[in-house]
Amino acid sequence: MKDFTVRELGRLLHGRELSALELTKIYLDRIAKTDAVIESFITVCEEQAIKAAQAADKRIASGEKGALLGIPVGIKDNICTSGVKTTCASKMLSNFVPPYDATVIKKLGQAGAVMLGKLNMDEFAMGSSTEKSYFKKTKNPHLLNCVPGGSSGGSAACVSAGLAPFALGSDTGGSIRQPASFCGTVGLKPTYGLVSRYGLVAFASSLDQIGCFTRDVYDCAIVLNHIAGHDAMDSTSAPFIVPDYTNGLTDGISGKRIGIPKQYLESGIQPEVREAVNKAAEYFEKAGAVCEECSLPLTKYALPAYYLISSAEASSNLARFDGVKYGFRAENCSNLSEMYETTRSLGFGEEVKRRIMLGTYALSSGYYDAYYKKAQQVRTLIQREFADNFKRFDILLTPTTPTTAFEFGEKADPVSMYMGDICTVAINIAGLPAINVPAGLDSRGKPVGIQLIAPPFCEQSLLKCAYAYEQTAGFGFLQPEFKEGI
Amino acid sequence: MRYETVIGLEIHAELATKSKIYCSCSTEFGAAPNTHTCPICTGMPGTLPVLNKKVVDYAVMAGLAMNCSITEYGKQDRKNYFYPDLPKSYQTSQFDQPVCQNGYLEIASENGPKKIGITRIHIEEDAGKLIHDDLRGYTLVDYNRCGVPLIEIVTEPDLRSAKEAKCFLETVKSILEYLEISDCKMQEGSLRCDVNISVRPAGQQQLGVRTEMKNINSFSAAVRAIESESERQIDLLEAGKTVIRATRRWDDVKNQSFDMRSKEQAHDYRYFPEPDLVPIVIDRQWVSRIKNSLPELPDSRKKKYLSKYGLSDADAAQLVSSKKISDYFEDTVGNGASPKLAANWLIGEIPKLLRKKGTEEIPFCAEYLAKTIQMTEKGSLSSSAAKAVIEEMFDRPRDPENIAKEKGLLQINDEAAVMAFVEKVIEENPQAVKEIKSGKDKAVGFIVGQVMRYSKGRANPQLINKLLKDILAEK
Repeated sequence: MKDFTVRELGRLLHGRELSALELTKIYLDRIAKTDAVIESFITVCEEQAIKAAQAADKRIASGEKGALLGIPVGIKDNICTSGVKTTCASKMLSNFVPPYDATVIKKLGQAGAVMLGKLNMDEFAMGSSTEKSYFKKTKNPHLLNCVPGGSSGGSAACVSAGLAPFALGSDTGGSIRQPASFCGTVGLKPTYGLVSRYGLVAFASSLDQIGCFTRDVYDCAIVLNHIAGHDAMDSTSAPFIVPDYTNGLTDGISGKRIGIPKQYLESGIQPEVREAVNKAAEYFEKAGAVCEECSLPLTKYALPAYYLISSAEASSNLARFDGVKYGFRAENCSNLSEMYETTRSLGFGEEVKRRIMLGTYALSSGYYDAYYKKAQQVRTLIQREFADNFKRFDILLTPTTPTTAFEFGEKADPVSMYMGDICTVAINIAGLPAINVPAGLDSRGKPVGIQLIAPPFCEQSLLKCAYAYEQTAGFGFLQPEFKEGI
Repeated sequence: MRYETVIGLEIHAELATKSKIYCSCSTEFGAAPNTHTCPICTGMPGTLPVLNKKVVDYAVMAGLAMNCSITEYGKQDRKNYFYPDLPKSYQTSQFDQPVCQNGYLEIASENGPKKIGITRIHIEEDAGKLIHDDLRGYTLVDYNRCGVPLIEIVTEPDLRSAKEAKCFLETVKSILEYLEISDCKMQEGSLRCDVNISVRPAGQQQLGVRTEMKNINSFSAAVRAIESESERQIDLLEAGKTVIRATRRWDDVKNQSFDMRSKEQAHDYRYFPEPDLVPIVIDRQWVSRIKNSLPELPDSRKKKYLSKYGLSDADAAQLVSSKKISDYFEDTVGNGASPKLAANWLIGEIPKLLRKKGTEEIPFCAEYLAKTIQMTEKGSLSSSAAKAVIEEMFDRPRDPENIAKEKGLLQINDEAAVMAFVEKVIEENPQAVKEIKSGKDKAVGFIVGQVMRYSKGRANPQLINKLLKDILAEK
């Protein structure tokens, strides 16, 4: 079977050309064959998937319509799933089975989506390559010696390799957009507060946001329709009336004003990536938009502010993993503090420990003002700078990542890894929606991506713009050549 | 040298909301371990808090009753530390923008009324409880109490003695009871307090080095802890040593405090704004709505008792110190009893009977007490008979008039009937009559006593006196 989009699969299911059970079995079969190589899944939940598919078939038979009814999905392993292990790719939670569903999982369940399993990631979503997973190294389906990006590398690789038509991920500093860019899929980070965080294991509460990976922009709109919306269980969720994001997607972007912040195209950007952004501007103009260079001079402060805020929040959020209540506990300790120390020393990986220490330091009395507070002030300024630019522009256009996918082990130095987040972190800091749209392959066959950024809660405009680009540029989904085992 | 003790208090009161501060679990005390828990209050990964608005209501009530200004834009913060009773490894509390600030309470001190400053009142969540099984060598955790809402009331260092501290605690307790926002049961841990103490030579402006005493479980323990700690500090200074800033644990059994941790070992709680919660915006309408719904507070009741009912200061203070008794008093007066008589019964005999019967609730309605009091006023019950009627109502509450009739306790006010008793006693006791005539008043008491004996205590004593005088004058 060829790879279909969510929209196409919906037509097949509702046209009774294919049952949800058949479809689910096709994907489970693909996972069994292909994922031995890609290693995108931590847990495959075959039994639950089959049951869910059968239930979906009944609903379809009873005449129920629904764009996700019977559609398989992969879920990043930091989103809690009742009765299914949720590990955050950490030894610490390697045995943790939540007794509750995240709000997005409830919503997908109500929509009739079929969860195939839980996807690999950097431990606790800290990383940009998925190499920090305790369990396995996920491969980039386009080049098996390259990383899929991270932290939602499993989600990106799984959609790219056709192991699920769509997947959910989470984005704290680029963790959806960067792997989407590396793997050539569409990846959306919605506005902070648009999608409930209830049940998403927190990394940095003020930055985390759940989003999706899809094969095209239309699918992205379909999925967003189903996961967005106010949730009484999440105090930071916005009381926002969610429109139908597929409406007006084809309206075109005539007259739209698109800003291209020059700071995003300065040194350290791979020429082919810069070229892709410039080309994109041409496509936008062709589609009737007006593109103009603009300036976000505070961009250079976003990265340090991001690493301070996210690490500070993480140091507190991850404190609950102490061996007392659930998850891993070190054995044979003679007292409480030894149990805490050994559990956390053995249970967390190196990168997680580095961030906890960094964050603990930034919050310490005597350093709080110089680090955490200063970073929050920078945050306010960055938000204002974006707001000012959005007075003149509807959308901003930037690269998603400075370079295309790198090889395993290439970025051993943590700071060089952190630098790769330079194009994405400011968006989280400002709480804005942004999307990666595939922009072709570089000379070595690696996917390139462009990032589009919109004002808060303007996903509709963002998706319209992304759709127009997708149609005009004509890259479509970047099919990996990798076919091994399929 | 004479020393002055300087005391500040941190009072934690559990709020009597039905559900917890950040989830919908019940706050009820005494349930089986870990039955009032959910993924949120046990800190499971991915769960998020949602603030119970009632907690803010209650904190604002407390703040208004304690003359605080109410913060318009408050926030919540995380206080980070590791302990097994704290499932998230941080307590959600308030750091620099508490709900209430800059208040005061007036207490009665030895030198008259005294204002005690209240620095702040903030909201926070309670932790769980550790249960140590020494026999089997392990510790269990009960998370039922996790997430029960608390207010912490922090005072200025304005208190100068254990007595003042106790008086302040009692005042706070009665206010919280009047507001009906806390059960204030120290034995159940719903009211707890930490004490900050320092001493300084009398007259010195600068404060001495303070210590913080934890684990104080009753008002009397607070008194003992303050007295013991201030003595310890004075002894140190007298011996030429210095007080070390530290947190100390009060052991009420050993009547002694122990060093818990010094300033160097003090926790760095790494407070920072709780990113999972939005700011608490308390608009002025919200405040005035609460202000208008506040019940009458002990202070204003006391003033009413003094001016309107003419009670003594001590009696009024005694009555208002317990909301239950004070409510009952108002109800009794409302049913037509004389305020003074009602106060006498509710301060004297009734608390005695409550203790005797081992209960906190008066089992009969205020209407019955009012009726009993009216019967004594009308003269149909003697005060000793009234006592018997009231005790009977403790056992089997019913109409006091019926009790008096059943038990034959109604006073005999009929002149002829009493005269018959008097004449009989005079006839039987000529010697006593002689003594009275020779001016020995003691004998009058004897005759009256005899008449009471024959009438089984029912004859009206005033009437006996009058009739006796009349007869003797004739003879």
